[in-house]
Amino acid sequence: MSQGIAITGMGIISAIGNNVAENYDALITEKKGISRISKIDTIHKDDIMVGEIAYSNQELEALLNLSPQNNYSRTALLGAVAAKEAINQAGITDIKAHKTGLISATSVGGMDMTEKYYYQYLEDKNAQKYIAGHHAGDSTQKIAEQLDIEESLVTTISTACSSAANAIMLGARLIKAGKLDRVVVGGSDCMSKFTINGFKTLMILSDTYNTPFDDNRKGLNLGEAAAYLVLESDAIVKAENKPVLAYVKGYANANDAFHQTASSENGDGATLAMEKALEIANYKPEDIDYINAHGTATGNNDLSEGRAIIRVFGEQAPEFSSTKAYTGHTLAAAGAIEAVYSVLALQNNIIFPNLNFETQMQEFSITPELKLKEKTLKTVMSNSFGFGGNCSTVIFSKDM
Amino acid sequence: MKNVYINSVGSVSAQNTTDDSDFLKDIISYNETTITAINPNYKDFIPPAAARRMAKGIKMGIVASKLALQKAGLESVDAIITGTGMGCLHDSEKFLSAIIDNNEEYLTPTPFIQSTHNTVGGQIALEIQCKGYNFTYVHGSNSFESALLDAKLQLELDEANNILIGGVDELADHTIVLNKIIHHIKQEPVESSKILDSKTKGAVFSEGANFFVVSNKKKASSLAQIEALEIYNTLTIDSVENQARQFLKENHINPSNVDVLILGNNGDVEFDTFYHKLATGDFKNTQQFVYKPWTGEFNTVSSFGLLLAANILKTQNTPEPFKLNNTNTSHYKTILLYNQYRGENHSFTLLRTC
Repeated sequence: MSQGIAITGMGIISAIGNNVAENYDALITEKKGISRISKIDTIHKDDIMVGEIAYSNQELEALLNLSPQNNYSRTALLGAVAAKEAINQAGITDIKAHKTGLISATSVGGMDMTEKYYYQYLEDKNAQKYIAGHHAGDSTQKIAEQLDIEESLVTTISTACSSAANAIMLGARLIKAGKLDRVVVGGSDCMSKFTINGFKTLMILSDTYNTPFDDNRKGLNLGEAAAYLVLESDAIVKAENKPVLAYVKGYANANDAFHQTASSENGDGATLAMEKALEIANYKPEDIDYINAHGTATGNNDLSEGRAIIRVFGEQAPEFSSTKAYTGHTLAAAGAIEAVYSVLALQNNIIFPNLNFETQMQEFSITPELKLKEKTLKTVMSNSFGFGGNCSTVIFSKDM
Repeated sequence: MKNVYINSVGSVSAQNTTDDSDFLKDIISYNETTITAINPNYKDFIPPAAARRMAKGIKMGIVASKLALQKAGLESVDAIITGTGMGCLHDSEKFLSAIIDNNEEYLTPTPFIQSTHNTVGGQIALEIQCKGYNFTYVHGSNSFESALLDAKLQLELDEANNILIGGVDELADHTIVLNKIIHHIKQEPVESSKILDSKTKGAVFSEGANFFVVSNKKKASSLAQIEALEIYNTLTIDSVENQARQFLKENHINPSNVDVLILGNNGDVEFDTFYHKLATGDFKNTQQFVYKPWTGEFNTVSSFGLLLAANILKTQNTPEPFKLNNTNTSHYKTILLYNQYRGENHSFTLLRTC
């Protein structure tokens, strides 16, 4: 069970950059992508901050050479851009040369268009092309089309904010079981009025920069992003002598079974997910060199996750940080965004700082990494937790 | 690799499928453009105070899953895997229209929370205190098949022994209006028995929930063995028959060895052509069944197809109205299911008696 699955390519678009190189540059120069909202007209614009992607839909459509008749939601547009970068980086020129699937994650799906045209659809014939694009699977179908994946295994996972971690997990399992030779895994979520207002009613949106693991944290900033990894079988890696960026070594999903939205105070589900992922990887806690935490900066998550980390690793937990101060919380895409960051950490032997932290949390004594730190990294653990008690952990390593 | 069995089913549909006593005994005929699922007595399954806050999809999902667990004699399972094409539509519409109608003011969080796609899976976990693996697939007409595929993989590799899987979708008012505008829902009502000859665009939309306990441990009560499953994001009219052959070949079966073919025809003149290809080709002498004229179409209605197949294999009884042809097949051992929606997200599922 302990053999890792090779990652041979990755692509990303987020509030801190339109590709992997730009994201890495922002991470090491501590450039946040958080600002006031500009692309959505909302009455909350002065009391929230968000992680927006600079490109307009028109610019993204141009990047993808789409015809004016296209009916891509922003989720599909972002996803296609990031997935294409991943395929390019993996050096794939003929997608049909191997049995290739796509597992994508989203929670927003085509909601951006639905909320724009909800009543207008009734009168406006030109807008009606977006009606069939509402459902979550539509963005995935479009990304598959952009990648030329046909007559193959393509599916979509939606387990709220752990979705993309789960997509990575399923992809790794499908390769391991020999169901696929190659699989593109990740997630995409665009900004929407729907999610802004949803999190607003839950009173977990910060009115300023989010501050993960800070005692005075005020909540999360929503972000939009997409990221994908290419996973390939050993046979392909060997036959084509492919450079491997890192390996997916362990993974697990568990349920908190505590509350529909809130995490249990002691992080039962999170603890289970981390423990099971270590078990699959055949690692002990001390084998983990860095944890990219879920760290949304909500009161509930950071307390629950921190306690779970202590339960698994003890008070001497490895260095950990949340990168959500850079990107905002990108919901269903978060697990893929942070998978890319985890691989970048491994490749460069760098731990990214937990920005905006000022005050130690009172409930425990572990402190996130506050400065960019060089450290030889062999393994990185990444956590993603979502509504419905959904808890996921993925472990990346340099070694197979 | 371990074998995978369907050990129990729980169902809420537009037909009588909730109670074993009248299970598909009298097939109800409809003459509508949308069909609602028959409401079970929710009080028998969910405390009324909790039920009041739940949309129909969540309630149907809980009833179907509780029935499946009961019949399998299980308190809990190792994993819960749900498929839903459209998610919790009712709450999504409720929250979205409130945002628009009240200009983002006076909103309450409940519909937002319950609009999340994995609400049903999360609620079931909460109810039965299942801390195991919990996934929700949301990929159009392959949402339920993705759940089945995932479960099958875990059971074959013995990573789990009992998994609750299910497909659930609900109707919601505004979505119905919009789908009518774009002719995804038929403009005029058609009687169930005449739908397949309607020659009009669109389908009759509906809702329902079908849950199953699938297991790698065979019991006396097991209904069927799940032999194989394959999903495809696309197929063409020209490739569908070949892919069916290929699928059977990989499972060492000739088309002539298939006793029953269950097809997903919904009477949409534009897309039933995919089914015609199989019905008039390799399988023209095979006993064929359809169910969507009597259940309506929704993204996870193929879970009803699986329920029908499992029931045929277990009881050897076949609902007469569902027959698409008559071949005098006396014993049913092997069933092939084929489904797609609007030419996308195709699946083949192969079942055997156990």
